[in-house]
Amino acid sequence: MSAEGGIHCRLEGRVGSFAFDVDFSAPGSGVTALFGPSGCGKTTVLRAIAGLHRFERGRIVVGPHAWQDAPRFTPPHRRPVGYVFQEASLFPHLTVRGNLSFGFERARKAGAATAIAFDDVVDLLGLQALLERSPAALSGGERQRVAIGRALLSQPALLLMDEPLSALDRLAKDEILPFLERLHATMALPILYVTHDLAEVERLADHLVLMEQGRAVASGPLAAIQSDPALPLVARRDAAVSLEAMTAGYDEQYGLLWLDVKGGRFSVPSTPAPPGQAQRITVHAADVSLALRRPDASTISNVLPSRIVEARPLNRQELVVLLGLGEDGEGDRLLARVTRRSWDLLALATGQQVFAQVKSVALAPTRFE
Amino acid sequence: MESLSSEIWQPVLLTIELAGLTTLLLLLLGTPLAWWLARSTAWWKEGVAAVVAMPLVLPPTVLGFYLLLALGPNGPGGWIASLWGGRTLAFTFGGLVIGSVFYSMPFVVQPIRNAFEAFGERPLEVAATLRASPLDTFRTVALPLARPGLLTAAVLGFAHTVGEFGVVLMIGGNLPGSTKVISIAIYDYVETLQWAKAHAISFGMVVFAFAVILAMTLIERKARGARA
Repeated sequence: MSAEGGIHCRLEGRVGSFAFDVDFSAPGSGVTALFGPSGCGKTTVLRAIAGLHRFERGRIVVGPHAWQDAPRFTPPHRRPVGYVFQEASLFPHLTVRGNLSFGFERARKAGAATAIAFDDVVDLLGLQALLERSPAALSGGERQRVAIGRALLSQPALLLMDEPLSALDRLAKDEILPFLERLHATMALPILYVTHDLAEVERLADHLVLMEQGRAVASGPLAAIQSDPALPLVARRDAAVSLEAMTAGYDEQYGLLWLDVKGGRFSVPSTPAPPGQAQRITVHAADVSLALRRPDASTISNVLPSRIVEARPLNRQELVVLLGLGEDGEGDRLLARVTRRSWDLLALATGQQVFAQVKSVALAPTRFE
Repeated sequence: MESLSSEIWQPVLLTIELAGLTTLLLLLLGTPLAWWLARSTAWWKEGVAAVVAMPLVLPPTVLGFYLLLALGPNGPGGWIASLWGGRTLAFTFGGLVIGSVFYSMPFVVQPIRNAFEAFGERPLEVAATLRASPLDTFRTVALPLARPGLLTAAVLGFAHTVGEFGVVLMIGGNLPGSTKVISIAIYDYVETLQWAKAHAISFGMVVFAFAVILAMTLIERKARGARA
């Protein structure tokens, strides 16, 4: 179930203290993250798409259907959206099963095709043991899983998630993230995911919309937005680029997985994985250093020939350098954060060929499965 | 002795009938009104809320006086009575029900409104995103969530109607079998120095009041337990 033709959203009007003027498009499948500081209007965008907030001027199109296009305004209960709120907001008077069935039954009565089956969602989210329990008897992580399942079972054409992890502690987050990744991998359903946590973006998003003060500043594929020197993300301490890699082999002796990206190969400490599998690696700018010659005695095992595409000074001390992988610099993009001193000492310049060095341990997944 | 018990039972049964019917009507009228008061953004809704709450402050005789005018031959009540050939609704059981509805309204509307306000906007929004229409949401989410409030409202409405005196005295009079309720009966017995009968009913009321308060406390405790 994907929204062919994509999602288009234009909203104008005043909300509270600032003028809202949002205009962005997102692909009809995969995860689109709406990222920005707290209070920039991300949640309002999501509420408007669900029909819970009404902008006087606006146009919301999902796939072939216009949900809002003045004077048309489809009320929320007629929009096939799933909405996962920040707090699970389960119905306390119903069991877990009752909560899950709430939207499922109504979707069926409304004649929606039940492409998302009850048992599949229960399996996907590991809810079997919870079905007859009352929401009051669940942990925070379990509640949020039920809320996600409940939204999925209403057979949405678009799933809206409003910081679904932010009310949870570290442990519960780690418990839910794999479920979200599995959801992403198994369903074509487009997801709009609001967050102010860059780590969640790096793990889940395919597409990124940057928001600031009621405006969409940029929108595009994740890696393109992460590595655009004109955008504010590159200037962050935790700036990174997420690359779609393909497993290429496994070094049994040292437990290193080879991952191919466009224009280079990384080795990453990992459990074994069969070749030809898609994996994502996130390379932080602070973990990348540059060398003019291939080092011959170093513990750094990822040394990738690349070319300097652009450099942007961040402050008096540091620059962020945009690299293109490969001899010709035509491969995937990478960011490196270097001091101005090193830049001058090595006499680096745009267009120059360099070696990007990344410690393997910096690429290790946060958790071994 | 037999005549004594029937003499006492008649007002008791009449009171239960009056309070039961009043409570039923109040739940039917008060629930939508409380919903509107809880959800509406109209600026004048607090004015309506104040009108509903007025019997809390007004002396029952004042309320009774205006009700008497309204129910009498020259008021709307008289006009309604003329539909079936009557002259007035005052001093009838029907008139007593109408009076009781006004008198006990705040005790029913307030707890229901509080219950509707307590759970906030969120469950209703969740229901809407799960494809429930507003009416569906009201029935399957709002009412079940407000159940403790509805129970409190029913108990308070019933108990308060049982206890009314001033309004009944003004618009009902003292007609055995149609307007002579418990409170009037007690007053009557004391006036005529029939202490034993006054005792019988009064003590019954004491037990009733205790049971009501105990029931309310238990309902509230259960509601709190469910939420925790």
